[in-house]
Amino acid sequence: MQSQSYYVPAQSPWPIVGAIAMFFIAVGAGLTVMQLETADLSGVVILSLGVLILLYMLFGWFRHVIQESDKGLYSLQMDRSFKQGMSWFIFSEVMFFFAFFGALFYARVFSVPWLGGASNNQMTNEVLWPSFESAWPLLNTPAGEVTQAMPWYGLPLINTVILLTSSVTLHVAHKAIEKNNRMQLTAFLSVTVLLGFVFLGLQVEEYIHAYEALNLTLQSGIYGNTFYLLTGFHGMHVTIGALLLGIVLIRVVKGHFTEQKHFAFQAAAWYWHFVDVVWVCLFVFVYVM
Amino acid sequence: MSTQVHSAEHAHDEHPTGIKRWLFTTNHKEIGSLYLIFSLVMFLIGGAMAMIIRAELFQPGLQLVDPHFFNQMTTVHGLIMVFGAVMPAFTGLANWMIPMMIGAPDMALPRMNNWSFWILPFAFAILLASLFMEGGGPAFGWTFYAPLSTTYSNDNTALFVFAVHIMGISSIMGAINVIVTIVNLRAPGMTWMKLPLFVWTWLITAFLLIAVMPVLAGAVTMVLTDKYFGTSFFDAAGGGDPVMFQHIFWFFGHPEVYIMILPAFGIISTIVPTFSRKKLFGYSSMVYATSSIAFLSFIVWAHHMFTTGMPLAGELFFMYATMLISVPTGVKVFNWVATMWRGSISFEIPMMFSIAFIVLFTLGGFSGLMLAITPADFQYHDTYFVVAHFHYVLVTGAVFSIMAAVYYWLPKWTGHMYCITTAKWHFWMSMISVNILFFPMHFVGLAGMPRRIPDYALQFADFNAIISIGGFAFGLSQLIFVWCVYKCAKGGESVPDKVWDGAEGLEWEVPSPAPLHTFSTPPEVK
Repeated sequence: MQSQSYYVPAQSPWPIVGAIAMFFIAVGAGLTVMQLETADLSGVVILSLGVLILLYMLFGWFRHVIQESDKGLYSLQMDRSFKQGMSWFIFSEVMFFFAFFGALFYARVFSVPWLGGASNNQMTNEVLWPSFESAWPLLNTPAGEVTQAMPWYGLPLINTVILLTSSVTLHVAHKAIEKNNRMQLTAFLSVTVLLGFVFLGLQVEEYIHAYEALNLTLQSGIYGNTFYLLTGFHGMHVTIGALLLGIVLIRVVKGHFTEQKHFAFQAAAWYWHFVDVVWVCLFVFVYVM
Repeated sequence: MSTQVHSAEHAHDEHPTGIKRWLFTTNHKEIGSLYLIFSLVMFLIGGAMAMIIRAELFQPGLQLVDPHFFNQMTTVHGLIMVFGAVMPAFTGLANWMIPMMIGAPDMALPRMNNWSFWILPFAFAILLASLFMEGGGPAFGWTFYAPLSTTYSNDNTALFVFAVHIMGISSIMGAINVIVTIVNLRAPGMTWMKLPLFVWTWLITAFLLIAVMPVLAGAVTMVLTDKYFGTSFFDAAGGGDPVMFQHIFWFFGHPEVYIMILPAFGIISTIVPTFSRKKLFGYSSMVYATSSIAFLSFIVWAHHMFTTGMPLAGELFFMYATMLISVPTGVKVFNWVATMWRGSISFEIPMMFSIAFIVLFTLGGFSGLMLAITPADFQYHDTYFVVAHFHYVLVTGAVFSIMAAVYYWLPKWTGHMYCITTAKWHFWMSMISVNILFFPMHFVGLAGMPRRIPDYALQFADFNAIISIGGFAFGLSQLIFVWCVYKCAKGGESVPDKVWDGAEGLEWEVPSPAPLHTFSTPPEVK
């Protein structure tokens, strides 16, 4: 039984600030994309403004929540709401990646073989794309783009090891917070954040290599498309995860969190492990197989 | 009571008024009202667009609008009705009713609740503003099939993409809130199998939302990169496939249609027992049927694509899976009828809408079964028969259920009874005109009139004139609804706590109008 009743916050200005930020981001991002081939920068300005408002909102909102938590307004039941909310959010992220993995599987199992004449598509191949041969990775597109595949050994393998290690270090940090071992917590959390940024650095390195040496670009047909969108969105999520963990680290250094109450840490950690699992799927299906 | 103690610490004891009250609110009832008002405004805007469509189609030939603008109207009408009218209306009802039905003090994450709502007006402002920009708004149909939305769309498509992104974020946050509220905030004793069906159906709807809105986000993202960044997800020249767009879209789209009907099932399952003065027949079978429909909704999506040249195995699988849906749906219709069987029925306005729902939604279900038969679908595909089908399930289905819900709970929300005579006028006008509007669409569709065109062959002229008259009548009838609700909000005869004598549920144990905060301490449910 809960001893405390559920906390319903009083009015808050933060959500509407967040909605305005979303508005600026959507308009800004839309205009930015529409102005790609022009010198017009109004879209970029609006987008940046939106991101700044969003950051302002996040700082304000979270600060408010931390203060409420420190005042002891949150019951165990409230804690459960946060945890369940975070879990469902991660599930929605899983489904987002699912769409792109779906595109990858569809291309590999259906569209590319069909263009090569498989199933009932012999005429598609002979009439429309007579010189096309189905293969994966798709290095010669029906339109005649030529590219090279990104091998799984080398940078991708190193990156896999880095991310898996970071999951382990994060888990050690998690154990440490539960035992209130602040030294160990700070050390292992720092290593995790560091590994996250190293991963991102190497990912940039890999993209440069792909563009310059392999001619593997965003325009290289479905292989390059799925490669960049999957690794790109994963990279975005690593960035967000690393920032979350970085903020948690700052809070750890400032002495926040106790053995029992460390939801922010937990949420960031779950998010990190999720990003890790996505990478493992990526590594297997985009690079190895 | 302790909620007030807490809020006193914040020196926010008296409730703010004016615009701040609505912008900063964290109260589920206020946010519910915002959702409902927003949805009504969108319903009227989307309806006005439908009027433009019907005016153009009143006669064969092009007379009022140019075809490009006509395409924008069909597209934005669809987007607004789906994402702006029906979904927010259900979310508004969820906000108002779920906490009261399960004995919770509010939604689980009240501030996020406000955020989910206020994103919506901005998202639709972007969508509507694009209509007035150079090149116009989206004109590729609400399903934005590639290559219509990639190669052949106008330059403003990026705005459409990001508008869809933020409304998706809004839906996901709203759905997370609903699930967490139901899982975590039920009053002691409110066990799973005691949950009101509206709560059950919304729980499952929220799950569907979280599962498929991100897939929609993926689809619009691929459209964006195909159009602006040179990828070829939906272009055979690069190894992609335009049909892949349809697979991804309908993997979202089919659960989406259940997102728009499951809460309706919950509403009808609430109202029918009240006015039949009997318990709902087959409560647990309703729960299982809803879950089965949700499960099946993930494995039927390609029935929208029978004519795309799928392999035969695919056609057969999706045909049989689709037909399977009629089993749990049949269970539901059977249960509603069985609930009324030998009940002492009275025909209050919500009950009239509910009975109309049962009859007309079932009709829409039958035409759905016809469409599910692959070889027959080759004839029906992309004709007005499809338009007739989904308007029967969405207008006389989803929209009628929303109206039933409003007439059912409006006295609880406002504390006043609405004018019964006005409401009856609204019901009968809607009921008659909606059938004049949509029923002949079956005929012209079967005869081969294609959908989404501003002009048509002469032999369809008479039926189209009739359809248009029905359309204008239905549109105008909704003004009666607006008037009726407005009058009721302003005043009227006071109602007791338990507005309907056959009603059951925690919401009838709180005063009418429901006070701003209910169940600050959870009630004990026996």
